[in-house]
Amino acid sequence: MTPADREGTGGDSEEQGLHDAVRTEEAGTDAAEPQVGTSPQGPERDLGVQEQMRENTVVPATASPLEVVSVREGMFGVDGTGDTSGYGGLRRPVVMPGAAERPYGGWFDEVADRLAMLLGGAANRAVEQVVVHRGELTLHLRREHLVETVRHLRDDAHLRFEHCSGVSGVHFPADEGRELHAVYHLLSMTHNRRLRLEVSAPDADPHVPSVVAVYPTADWHERETYDFFGLVFDGHPSLTRILMPDDWPGHPQRKDYPLGGIPVEYKGATIPPPDTRRSYG
Amino acid sequence: MSQTTSSGTGSTRLTDPYAPQQETTAGPVFTVTGQDWDSVVAGAADAEEERVVVNMGPQHPSTHGVLRLVLELEGETVTEARCGIGYLHTGIEKNMEFRTWTQGTTFCTRMDYLSPFYNEAAYAMGIERLLDIEDDVPERAQVMRVLLMELNRISSHLVAIATGGMEIGALTVMTIGFRERELVLDLFELITGLRMNHAFIRPGGVAQDMPPGALEQIREFVKLMNKRLPEYAAFCNANPVFKGRLSGVGHLDLAGCLALGITGPVLRSTGYAWDLRRTQPYWGYDTYDFDVVTWDTEDAYGRFRIRLEEMWQSLRIVEQCADRLAGLEGAPVVVADKKIAWPAQLAVGSDGMGNSLDHIRHIMGESMEALIHHFKLVTEGFRVPAGQAYGVVESPRGELACHVVSDGGTRPYRAHFRDPSFVNLQATSVMAEGGMVADIIVAVASLDPVMGGVDR
Repeated sequence: MTPADREGTGGDSEEQGLHDAVRTEEAGTDAAEPQVGTSPQGPERDLGVQEQMRENTVVPATASPLEVVSVREGMFGVDGTGDTSGYGGLRRPVVMPGAAERPYGGWFDEVADRLAMLLGGAANRAVEQVVVHRGELTLHLRREHLVETVRHLRDDAHLRFEHCSGVSGVHFPADEGRELHAVYHLLSMTHNRRLRLEVSAPDADPHVPSVVAVYPTADWHERETYDFFGLVFDGHPSLTRILMPDDWPGHPQRKDYPLGGIPVEYKGATIPPPDTRRSYG
Repeated sequence: MSQTTSSGTGSTRLTDPYAPQQETTAGPVFTVTGQDWDSVVAGAADAEEERVVVNMGPQHPSTHGVLRLVLELEGETVTEARCGIGYLHTGIEKNMEFRTWTQGTTFCTRMDYLSPFYNEAAYAMGIERLLDIEDDVPERAQVMRVLLMELNRISSHLVAIATGGMEIGALTVMTIGFRERELVLDLFELITGLRMNHAFIRPGGVAQDMPPGALEQIREFVKLMNKRLPEYAAFCNANPVFKGRLSGVGHLDLAGCLALGITGPVLRSTGYAWDLRRTQPYWGYDTYDFDVVTWDTEDAYGRFRIRLEEMWQSLRIVEQCADRLAGLEGAPVVVADKKIAWPAQLAVGSDGMGNSLDHIRHIMGESMEALIHHFKLVTEGFRVPAGQAYGVVESPRGELACHVVSDGGTRPYRAHFRDPSFVNLQATSVMAEGGMVADIIVAVASLDPVMGGVDR
């Protein structure tokens, strides 16, 4: 992409489009807190989808609505009346790449078909959505079907994802009912393919079944994810903290866990800790 | 090192305040820190069964940094081995969430401190994929990245061989290993300005072009290494003591490697030629001429031989990079997109490397817009479209990957590193149990874990 293209389609102009839409909406609904997904925000959300699609060349233009994981407010990370920048009313939804529609392209369809065949009747319940973004395939699974799915992915000769590269957690506090995500990166050495699985769990019930029985290497990865996010992997042989001390309170990588730090004085000026500095979100 | 024994029926009453006896549900436990072994032996003498649990580390010189091994022994035989990690956890991933995407490179480079360029490379690859600029990174930047990574592979393997040798008493291997590593670090210092923690591979390219004279120094280094690398082979390859300590130790077959997610030289020592530079080439690796080294003994000796041979292969790649760089003189080293590329190149002044005076003259005296642009990009940073990507490179220790998640902001929403040391350490129990205590040192050294990367 040349700089000129980027000017035209990506980055700023796209966001400007979103801003305009949001601000128009805002004018109508006064200063009320917008609820993403409810009717007043409907048109804005749709526009967000179209804007994203235009930039994204991998996902077909007919893709279904995107996943709104958060809403960004203001411009400089200042809340309430402290924001004198004039950007205080800005509301921008954070949308992750949405579900792709067939054909996904390349070997993605083969894997999806084969998996659907192996899962049989459970296929529609197991796979929430298929996302193709930047040439990477992500299957969003419902947690009840995770172990069954990875077992098929590992054992079937046409899939054969025999190597689990890792498990990582992501915390989306604003994504209600799906706050905690566990992301599995699988690799098929036989077919030289990479695949990502994503399952989510609500904060109120942070349980995900463990895949250690299928991929023994996930042992430490799941312990790490538990340690940092508080996701409980049911069926793990010894789910204990791994990097933090055993008696540590809280789960440090969650977004509601503060970074910590103290102000540092340097040549007469006081430098605040990183999490309290001005941010540009 | 502390030692704890417990016995089923301890009868001796101890009065030593430094070795108190505790009643637990598993029987009396004696904790000993001094030299009062006699009373401990007396206390445990009439025990029906004896369990000796030894903590090796986290401050043990042979455990490669702050690795803690909890060993259960029966005589000299290890019956159970577990790893305790986390002593070097510094919250790098959490810290990165509070800095811009570019600043993140200065954090992640400190994780696996023996292979800093690979950390930066995996991170930059993830960001570039999300930005969709993977094809826009200029060729000169790609070649410089490959050059630095391969030099880094040499320095990392040298440390693996050097410390591995030191831990079994081959001190000369240690001294010559660090001697050669210094040469590589000198090259790093020349090219990036720093010997470690370079933060040189940035999203979109590299931080700085090669300084004048660097290619000549690289060629001299290659010439010198061609003379010096055979010394390692002469010292070790057929040395009966060396072979006796390494052969058959730390055995792990292909099925074990796949189940435990082991990659790198340990996987290749089973004869499986899995190297991401060949199987999933990135940054032009498919255009370089080199061999993937394998061995078939599945033991520590095979891994040593693989590392030794991989240094030769890396030298081949370094030579090819030098030739290509000579033909790319003056080409850009960062993407053309001014919304992403760092606005200023550094320059050498009277007080060493620092700000480019030309650039400062431009932004302070000539162009208001350039000043605003510089300020915005440096303090605020660029935005990365929402989504997630997985950047993977073949580090000296195996598959090093970075899972970057963006919410469309100027900071990483989440950056998770799959460090090969972290994964490979899981093989410790499989490799150690049933063997001798002394062989654990060799087995762990053959995994070559770097605790900075394990704990992050």
